[in-house]
Amino acid sequence: MFIIPVIQVIQLSFTNYNTITGSMSAAGFSNYVYLLTGSTSEYFYQALGHTAIYAAVQLTFDVTLALLIAVMLDANVPLKKFLRASYFAPVVVPIVASSLIWIWFYDVNIGPFNQILSWLGLPACKWLLSEKTSLMSILIFSIWKGLGYNVVLLLAGLQNISDSYLEAGRIDGATGWQLFWKIKLPLLRPIVSFVVMMDLIGAFKVFTEVNVMTPDGGPLRSTMLIVNYIYELAFTNGRMGRASACALILFIIIFLCTLLQRKLGGSKTVDLD
Amino acid sequence: MRLGHRKLVHRNWILFVILLIGALSMLFPFVWMTLSSFKTKADVYSFPPRWLPTVWTWENFKAVFDMIPFLRYYLNSIYTSVLQTVLVMLVSILASYALTKMRFPGQRTYSMFLMSSMFVPAVVTMIPLYLTVSAMGLADTYAGIVLPQISTAFTTMLLSSFFAGIPNDLLDAARLDGCGHFRILTKVVMPNTKGAISTATLFSFLTAWKSYTWPLIITTKTEYRTLPIGLKYLVTESSSEYQIMMAASLMAILPVLIAFIFCEKQLVRSITLTGMKS
Repeated sequence: MFIIPVIQVIQLSFTNYNTITGSMSAAGFSNYVYLLTGSTSEYFYQALGHTAIYAAVQLTFDVTLALLIAVMLDANVPLKKFLRASYFAPVVVPIVASSLIWIWFYDVNIGPFNQILSWLGLPACKWLLSEKTSLMSILIFSIWKGLGYNVVLLLAGLQNISDSYLEAGRIDGATGWQLFWKIKLPLLRPIVSFVVMMDLIGAFKVFTEVNVMTPDGGPLRSTMLIVNYIYELAFTNGRMGRASACALILFIIIFLCTLLQRKLGGSKTVDLD
Repeated sequence: MRLGHRKLVHRNWILFVILLIGALSMLFPFVWMTLSSFKTKADVYSFPPRWLPTVWTWENFKAVFDMIPFLRYYLNSIYTSVLQTVLVMLVSILASYALTKMRFPGQRTYSMFLMSSMFVPAVVTMIPLYLTVSAMGLADTYAGIVLPQISTAFTTMLLSSFFAGIPNDLLDAARLDGCGHFRILTKVVMPNTKGAISTATLFSFLTAWKSYTWPLIITTKTEYRTLPIGLKYLVTESSSEYQIMMAASLMAILPVLIAFIFCEKQLVRSITLTGMKS
C-alpha cells in the first residue's frame, strides 16, 4: 500500500511531469536544483522557515502547557474526568469545523478577539489579514487544537508511575517539588520524548487549518507551510515533478528528525497501558 | 504515610480553579459556536458582543441547506465514512489475525514494513496516489475517495497487540474441536477483544469523518464533496455570514459530539495506545 507510491514519488521527482501541459520527460536533478536554487527558491526556503518556526513554537507551548496541566490533573482535583475531556475535545473535532469558528474569532471587525481588544482600549489587530500576525494566528489555533493530545498522553504516563517509587521518595523526605523533578519527570522521559516527536512530525504535516483559514497561503505567502507549498506546486500549478521532489525533501527531514529524537530521547519503549 | 493518606482525602481546590479556567477556555469556541448558530444576523453584528441570542432562531440551519447542497455533503460523508470504516476494520482484523496467530513466510518483513509505513507522511504518497487513482478513472467517485485511505497500519498495529495477548492454548482447544481459522477468528479471538475492536472502529470512523486533504484533491464535482470540503467552500460562499457558518459547523460536529459524550474513555484509550510502541 505504501511501497509502490514511495517508489513512484521518487521516480516522479526526476521528471518534469506537468498535468496542465501534459508534458512528461526525464529531468534528472533539475527539480531539486529548481527548488533549492531556482528563480522561486525563496518560496521553498520561506515555506521551510515558516514550518520550522511553527514547529518550534507549537512544540514549546504544547509540551510545556500539557506537562503543567497533566501534573495538575494528576493531583487530587474534583471533576477530573470532565476536565480531561474539556482539554481533549478540540483534538477530536474536525479541523475544518473548528477553523470556521476561529475565522470568526479573528474577524477584524466583528471578531470577539478584536472586540475584547477594543474593550480593553487596545488597538485592533489584523490577525489573519496581516503578514505580521497571520502565522501567529494559525499557531494560536494549533496550540489550542493540539494541547489535549499531549495532556492525555502525559497524564496516562504520570498515572502509570508506580506509587512505590513516590513512597520511597517520601520516606526519604522529598518535597512535592523534588518528587516531581527527581522521580516523576525522569520516569516520564520516554513519553515526553514521544510527545515531542509526535508534535515535531505533526508540525511538518500541517495543512488543513492553513488551507481553510488562509486559502492562498495568507498575505504575502506568510502562512505558507511546506505541505501547503507542495499542494500549490502539485494541484494549483500542476507541477507534479517539482512537488514530488519537495515531498521527498520533506520526507528526508522528517526521517532525520525521527532519528535524532531516537538518539536523544533514548529508545526505551513507551508503555502506557 | 500520614501525609500520603491525608492527600487522598484533601482535594486541591486551587489547582481545580486553575484547571477549570483552562478547561472553560478550551470549550469556549464550541459554546460560542452553539449559541451563535441560533442567533440572528443582527445579534452577530451587535457590539458589545451578545452571549445569548435575543431571539432563538432555526433560520440559520435552514439557510445552510438553501445556500449549499448540505444534505448531499452530509450523505456523502456518512456513506464514505461508513464504507471506509467497514473496509479498514475488515482488512485490519484479518491482517492482525494473520500476523499474530498464523505463520507464513515473510511475516517479520511484513510487520516491519507495516510499522515503517506509519512513518511515511501522507503528503509523500499523495501525488502518486492522485495520479494512479485519476488514471484508473476513479477521480470524482466514492471508490476514489475511500479506497486509497484504507491505510491500515495504525488499526492493524493496535489490534495486533490485543490479538497477541490471547493465549494460544485457547486457539488450540478450538482447533481440536474442529474449528478452522475463520471460526477461531469470529468465535474465539474477536469476542475476546471486543473492547479493542470497538475502540478501533470508533477511531477509524472519526478519522474518516474528518478526513480533508485527500477528498479535497480527488473531488472536483460538488456532488462528491464530503462535509469538510463543503464547509471549506462555505467560507467563501456564505461571505462572512458567521451565524450560518456556525450552524453548518455544529451539524458537522454533531456525530463527533455524540461519540465524544458516550465514548470519551475509548477515544482517550485509542490515543494512549498509540504511545504503546513508539
